[in-house]
Amino acid sequence: MTGPYGREQRPVLDVVDLVKTYGEGETAVHALAGVSMTVAPGDYVAIMGSSGSGKSTLMNIVGCLDVPTSGTYRLDGVDVSELNESQLALVRNRRIGFVFQSFNLIARTSALANVELPLAYAGIKPAVRRERALAALDMVGLANRAEHDPNQLSGGQQQRVAVARALVSQPALLLADEPTGNLDSRSTADVLSILDGLNAQGRTIVLITHEDEVAAHAHRTIRLVDGLVVSDVRRRDITPVGVPA
Amino acid sequence: MSFFEIFGFALRGVAANKLRSGLTVLGILIGVAAVILLVAVGTGSAKQVEDSLAALGTNTLTVQGGRGGDTGYRTDLTLDIVKALQDKESAPDVKSVSPVVNSAQTLTFGDASYDVNSVIGTYPSYFAASNSVVASGSGFTEEDVDQAARVVVLGPTTAEELFGTTVDPVGQRIGIAGQIYSVIGVLAKKGSTGFNDPDDVAIAPLPAVQRSLTGYGPVSSITIEAASADAVAAAKAEITAILNAKMHVADGASSTPYQIRDASQLLETRTATAETFTVLLGAVAGISLVVGGIGITNIMMVSVTERTREIGIRKALGAPRRVILTQFLIEATLLSLAGGGLGVAAALIGANFEIVGIKPVVMPDSVALALGVCVAIGLFFGSYPASRAAGLRPIDALRYE
Ligand SMILES: Nc1ncnc2c1ncn2[C@@H]1O[C@H](COP(=O)(O)OP(=O)(O)O)[C@@H](O)[C@H]1O
Ligand SMILES: [Mg+2]
Repeated sequence: MTGPYGREQRPVLDVVDLVKTYGEGETAVHALAGVSMTVAPGDYVAIMGSSGSGKSTLMNIVGCLDVPTSGTYRLDGVDVSELNESQLALVRNRRIGFVFQSFNLIARTSALANVELPLAYAGIKPAVRRERALAALDMVGLANRAEHDPNQLSGGQQQRVAVARALVSQPALLLADEPTGNLDSRSTADVLSILDGLNAQGRTIVLITHEDEVAAHAHRTIRLVDGLVVSDVRRRDITPVGVPA
Repeated sequence: MSFFEIFGFALRGVAANKLRSGLTVLGILIGVAAVILLVAVGTGSAKQVEDSLAALGTNTLTVQGGRGGDTGYRTDLTLDIVKALQDKESAPDVKSVSPVVNSAQTLTFGDASYDVNSVIGTYPSYFAASNSVVASGSGFTEEDVDQAARVVVLGPTTAEELFGTTVDPVGQRIGIAGQIYSVIGVLAKKGSTGFNDPDDVAIAPLPAVQRSLTGYGPVSSITIEAASADAVAAAKAEITAILNAKMHVADGASSTPYQIRDASQLLETRTATAETFTVLLGAVAGISLVVGGIGITNIMMVSVTERTREIGIRKALGAPRRVILTQFLIEATLLSLAGGGLGVAAALIGANFEIVGIKPVVMPDSVALALGVCVAIGLFFGSYPASRAAGLRPIDALRYE
């Protein structure tokens, strides 16, 4: 398949005519009304749109957390709707790192244990996963907070732990739903510089934001209005993809 | 993921929320312990009644009354009647006949004094008939009766109240209503039957008591021992015939000036009472089992929201359904077993103490039932929300409120 900018490369994400409807009949809400887009490996995409425009709905489907009402979604060329429950678990675990607006760390569980979790589900030995989790925490600058529980960390620190957790299994695709939505400007800068660094290493990133300054970090901006793509603007070329770190 | 690692997850899950885990364990503990203990108290009281009735002697008949008859003849219980009852020919099923006089008196020993419940004047056969065993010293003899000897055998309560625990009462001299008596024996403990203390007595030869305390009038009752438990009915018929003849009661009279009570009647009513008591306690235990179960359910349900969200996060991170289910099942099992085990331990410890004067007897059945029901409830409500959440799409679990 050919990407929108002429590169001969299979897209990481290929979404065709995606529809998501909540409810039925007169009260039905068409959160997605037929969204199509492709994202090539190494791209850095910002999805923008006003509240209620369907950004999160799209992201949850792309992250295999939800299923669309209709339309197809290929991840690395594989039609996700054909995967069974355990294959989906595998995809979430290996291919996708998801960062939520509300952090979603597991309470009363240390930062290190939170970051180790995806590796544990991947069946990686405790010693190895501890080492890798510490490396991931180090990368987000929180190696010295490894034993802290989420409620002992600031919002910015919690989100960095969440980023470490999302990237620890080295997924090709990093999805972030308003990762800086609950953060002050200082923490926002921290988190964004981490994402920039990850993209520079060739990781594909899709993030949702409604702040222009945040979107400016991305190479491409897609705008949604009422569940439809209204614009798709590229500002920079796709980072050349090496072997992901 | 290995089972061992999932077990580690479960342990961490239990440790992570200590308050919730503690409350769950406490709920199960109380449910289990309450049921076991209540049933144990019920069983203990039934056993106590049985024991105390066995101590009373089941071969014994008591004749009372003998006043207020309208036959125009003497109807009180005299020694003449006692003699008639002792006749082997007209009463072959009667083993022994003991006339009894009773009076409440103050006993003194040195400076100590004690108001004994009853001073009993009787014959030596009374000891066997009333299951009174002499624990130290000896009982009195026919000779003591003939000589109206001032000797006395004390019940253990009386002995302890008067002499304390340091002085050996046997051989001491005590005062009963101003008369000096020698203590020749102390009875073995019978234990309370509930209303009065059978150990609070002083037993002396009949003529001695009559001479010094009650006077030579009629006796208050006659205690009769039947030849065997099977002979009680026959003995009763013989006694009735003799008393009717002596008191000139017409055949088929609607009322008699005397009453014959036998121990088996007493046994029946008391056993029935004890059974009612056990059934009542069982019902209370059943209710506490239900209440305990509701408590367990409640605590488990309270954690559902939190758990469901947590499961959503775990699924988003790629946790397989099987791993989630196993983790939460192990958590529920750990909590239930901890609560159940501690509940049994608490009940067993509690059963060592007397509860409202009753020594509880732990029934293995009740342990199994309480443990089974509470652990099953804990397991079900601990793992049910987890299994439901594990089947949800991650996004639905994350949104759950
Ligand atoms: N679980 C749901 N049930 C019903 N309606 C929903 C649900 N989730 C989202 N919606 C609706 O779908 C629309 C898009 O929501 P969302 O994707 O969260 O928007 P955004 O993230 O862009 O603010 C909104 O109108 C919202 O009310
Ligand atoms: Mg949103």
